[in-house]
Amino acid sequence: MASEHVVVNCTINGENQVFLANERDSLLEALRDRIGLTGVKEGCNNGNCGACCVNMDGRIVNSCLVMAAECEGAQIRTVEGLADGDQLSPLQNAFLEQAALQCGICTPGFLVAAEALLEQNPDPTEHEIRYWLAGNLCRCTGYDKIIKAVQQAAGQSVV
Amino acid sequence: MVTAQSPETEQYNVIGTRPIRPDGVDKVTGAAQYGADLQLPGMLAGRVLRSPHAHANIKSIDTSKAEALDGVLAVVVNADFPRAADKDVDTGEGSANLKWVLDNVIASDKVLYKGHAVAAVAATDHHIAEDALELIEVEYDLLTPVLDVRDAMVDGSPLLHDSLHTSELDGSKSDSPSNTASHLQFTKGEIDAGFDEADVVIEREFETSMAHQGYIETHNGTAYWRADGTLDIYTSTQGAFPVRDQVSALMQLSQSQVKVTPMEIGGGFGGKIPVYLEPLAALLSQKTGRPVKLTMNREEVLLATGPTSGTYMRVRMGAKRDGTITAAEVHLAFEAGAYPGSPVGAGAMCSLAPYDIPNQKIDGYDVVVNKPKTAAYRAPGAPQAEFATESVLNELAEELGLDPLEMRLSNASVEGNTTAAGMPFGVIGNVDCMTAAQQSPHWQSELEGPDRGRGVAQGFWFNIGFESSAYGQVNGDGQVSLVLGSTDIGGTRASIAMQLAETLGIAAEDVHPQVVDTASVGFTQVTGGSRTTFAGGWAAYECAMDIRNQMAQRAAQIWEVDEDTVEYGDDAIIRGPADEDGNPREISFKDLAAQLPTSGGHIVGRADVNKTSSGPAFATHIVDVEVDRDTGKVEILRYTAVQDAGTAIHPAYVEGQMQGGVAQGVGMALNEEYYYDESGDLKNASLLDYRMPTALDLPMIETNIVEVPNPGHPYGVRGVGEVPIIPPAPAVRAAIANAIGVHMTELPMSPRAILEATTLGGD
Repeated sequence: MASEHVVVNCTINGENQVFLANERDSLLEALRDRIGLTGVKEGCNNGNCGACCVNMDGRIVNSCLVMAAECEGAQIRTVEGLADGDQLSPLQNAFLEQAALQCGICTPGFLVAAEALLEQNPDPTEHEIRYWLAGNLCRCTGYDKIIKAVQQAAGQSVV
Repeated sequence: MVTAQSPETEQYNVIGTRPIRPDGVDKVTGAAQYGADLQLPGMLAGRVLRSPHAHANIKSIDTSKAEALDGVLAVVVNADFPRAADKDVDTGEGSANLKWVLDNVIASDKVLYKGHAVAAVAATDHHIAEDALELIEVEYDLLTPVLDVRDAMVDGSPLLHDSLHTSELDGSKSDSPSNTASHLQFTKGEIDAGFDEADVVIEREFETSMAHQGYIETHNGTAYWRADGTLDIYTSTQGAFPVRDQVSALMQLSQSQVKVTPMEIGGGFGGKIPVYLEPLAALLSQKTGRPVKLTMNREEVLLATGPTSGTYMRVRMGAKRDGTITAAEVHLAFEAGAYPGSPVGAGAMCSLAPYDIPNQKIDGYDVVVNKPKTAAYRAPGAPQAEFATESVLNELAEELGLDPLEMRLSNASVEGNTTAAGMPFGVIGNVDCMTAAQQSPHWQSELEGPDRGRGVAQGFWFNIGFESSAYGQVNGDGQVSLVLGSTDIGGTRASIAMQLAETLGIAAEDVHPQVVDTASVGFTQVTGGSRTTFAGGWAAYECAMDIRNQMAQRAAQIWEVDEDTVEYGDDAIIRGPADEDGNPREISFKDLAAQLPTSGGHIVGRADVNKTSSGPAFATHIVDVEVDRDTGKVEILRYTAVQDAGTAIHPAYVEGQMQGGVAQGVGMALNEEYYYDESGDLKNASLLDYRMPTALDLPMIETNIVEVPNPGHPYGVRGVGEVPIIPPAPAVRAAIANAIGVHMTELPMSPRAILEATTLGGD
C-alpha cells in the first residue's frame, strides 16, 4: 500500500508551481493539502457538486476527478486567481451586491464556473445560465440570487 | 420582486437596507477558512471505520494490524473513552442521554445503522489512515434490522435498546421495553362531537422518507489536546458552546478546559448541531499529543449524520359546508433513527397551529429504527406534520368547492387564540400572509395549459430566543469592533451588526463583527431555531444601549456636568446642557470616540441576553407545476413565497432564506429520499443519487416579505430561516392534484411515485 510520489510542474493562477504529489492525490487534494489553496472546496469527492471546480487549460473540471499527476504542464485557475490584487472581478462584485451567497462553501465553484460561461457566452439567457450551472449545487440560496448575479456581471438588467 | 412593504421600516436608517455583508469579500476570494481548511503544525489526519451492517452486536474489534501500519499513530474504539454517565446533557437541540451521545459518536456493544462509527484512526496522511481502516478486524453477530416506523412499533418487533421503555407526557413508562421511546398527546374541545358537527370528513394516510439537510460542506473536527490538559477544538458547527459542553462532558473535562473555535460553516440547517467527529479527534489527539483533523466524505455524511425523520402520518379533518373546520385528528409516528429524539413533538405542536379549530386530538410517537440518529432540519418536524394537515385541508376545500385561501382565511388563527398544545398567540401575521398571497400577481394570474396545476399551502413555525452575547469595543476612529458567539451561516454578522449600528445611529459599515471562540464571548446558543437575528440582534441592541450610556457618562465627565443632563440622541449626537455662554454642548459619537483614550480610557459595551419569548412565523406559498404524464416528472413553473418576517433587517438575506427554504422544500416534495434495501443498506448515498434541486430544476422564486413587527423585540424581528421549508410539499401536492387529478400520499412525489399513482389510476 505504500504510495509513490511524483514531482508536478504546472502554472496555478499565473504562478509556476513545482510540488510533490502523492500518486493517489487528486488535483483537489494537491491544491488544498500540498499547495495551500483552500478556496477550492470538497463537497462530494465524486464529481456531483461542483464545489471543487477549477479552470484547467481553459476547461471547467471537477478537481476531485483529476489526478494531480495528470497536471504536468497544465494552466490552472482557481477562485484565488479571480481578483486582481484587491480589485474584485465583476462577477465577485455581483455576487456580493446580489447577496448571492449564504454559507459561501459553494461560491468558489460557482464563480469559477460562471466566469467560464461568460467567457464563452457573454450574454447568456436565464436558461443558459441555469443549464451551465446545473453541475454546481447550492443548498442555501435556491439559486435565484446566483442567477441574478451572473446576469448582473453580464451587464443585463436584474429585476 | 417585492420587498419590505410596511412603512415601519421607514423609521430606520440602517434596518431595511442592503449593505454588503462584512464577511463577503473573504467568501468570494476563497480566503474564508472553513473547518476543513485548517492546518496546524504537526497535524495528523484521521478517518473513521463504519459499520457495513444496519443492526448487529459487535463481538470483537482487533486494531493491532492497523496500529502496526507505518504512519499510523493511534486507533481508538468506544472502550477507550471515559465511561459516560447515564445523565442528560444539553445538546443544543434539547437534551439527550450522555451515554447515547457517546454511543452515536462511536458504537459500544451494538451497531444500530449502516455507517455507525466503530473505530477511528490517526495517521501522518489521510491515505495511510484510509489504508489502516481496511486492517481493522471487526466480528459482528447480525441482528434483524427494523426499518419501518410502523413495524418498529409492533409488539414483538426486534428491539434496538433493551433498556428503552415508552415514556408518556405524565412521566409514566411502559412496563415492557419498546422501540417507541415516547408518546405525547394534545387535545382541545370534544373530538367526537366536533366530527358529528361536520358535513364532510376526509381522512388520509401519508408516508414520508427521511431527507438530509444536504449542506455542501461535509463534517469536520480538529482537536489539539495540550500537554497541560486543555483541549482546543476547531470545527464547523452551528453552536460552539454546545460542542464545548458535550465534548467536556464526554471527555470528563471541565468546561473551562475546553475551548471551541467555530470555523466558517458551509451550511447546517440543523444538521451541524450534534457532535460526531469532535470527541474522536479529541481522544486521538490525547493519545498522540498532536493536533488531529477528522473529515467525513459525502457517503459518510449521508449514512451517519442528520437526516430528518421519515414518518407515517394519518389525518382526519371535518368541516361544515361553509368551510368551518369543526374537528381535526392527527396521528404522527416519526422515525427517530437509532436513538430517541425525533422532532415529533414540534411537529405535533405545529400541525394545526395556523387554524383555530375548536376540537382537536393530536398524537405523536417517537420511534427508534435502524437508521441514522435524526438531527434537527429546518423547522424540525413541521414540514412532515404540516404536509399531512395542509394536504387534508386542501382536499376538504376541493370537496366543498371552496377557494383554498378563502377557507384558510375563514379558519385562521389570530391574536388571542391558543393552540391545542397551549401556546397562546400574540400579534401574528397569519392572516396578513394569506391576504398578501391572495392579492399577489401570481394568485391573480390565470394558469393555462394541459397537465398544469396550481397549489397553495400555509406554514407555521415557533422560532426561539434563548442566550446570546454581544460585546462591542468603541475604537478611536469612531467605529465599533463587535464580537459574537453565533456561527454565521447566512449573513447574521450583517444582520446583528446592523441592529447595533441602528441603535448607535452609525453606519453599518462602521461596525466590524467577528465570530469568536468560546473563551472570548459570553454563552451563545446555536445558530438555529431562527433565533440568531432575533436574540443576537437583541443582544446587539442592549450592547449598543450600554455603549450609549457610557458615552453619555463620558461626555458629562468631560463637560463637568451632571450625568442626568446628558443624552445620547438617535442621530449619534451626545447633547448636554448649554454652557455658561448659552452655547449648546454637543459632540458626535465619532468625535467623542476619538477623545476616549485621553479622557479616561476606552469603552466596551456588553450584553448577555436570555430571551424565553419569540416571534412566531407564518408563510403562504403558491406554486404552479406541470406534470409529464410519460415520465412522472414534475416541473416547477412558477413559485411565490409570502412570509411575515416581523421586521426584515437585511431584506436581501430574508429573501435568500425564503428562496433557500423553498428549494429545500421542493427537494423534499419531489426527489429527496433515503432509499434502503431490506437489509438496511442505504442505496443512494451520493449526491448523484440523493437528488437535490439544481439551478435547472427551479424557476426564479418570487418573494413577498410581509412585516407585522413582533412586539416582543426591540426592532420587531421574528426570525425567518425555518418557516419557508414548510409549505412547499403540500403546495406542490395540491398543484399536482390540480394538474392531473391525483392526490399523492407519499414524499417524495418522485417520478416513480407519480407514475405508480397514475398507472394505478390514482385515488
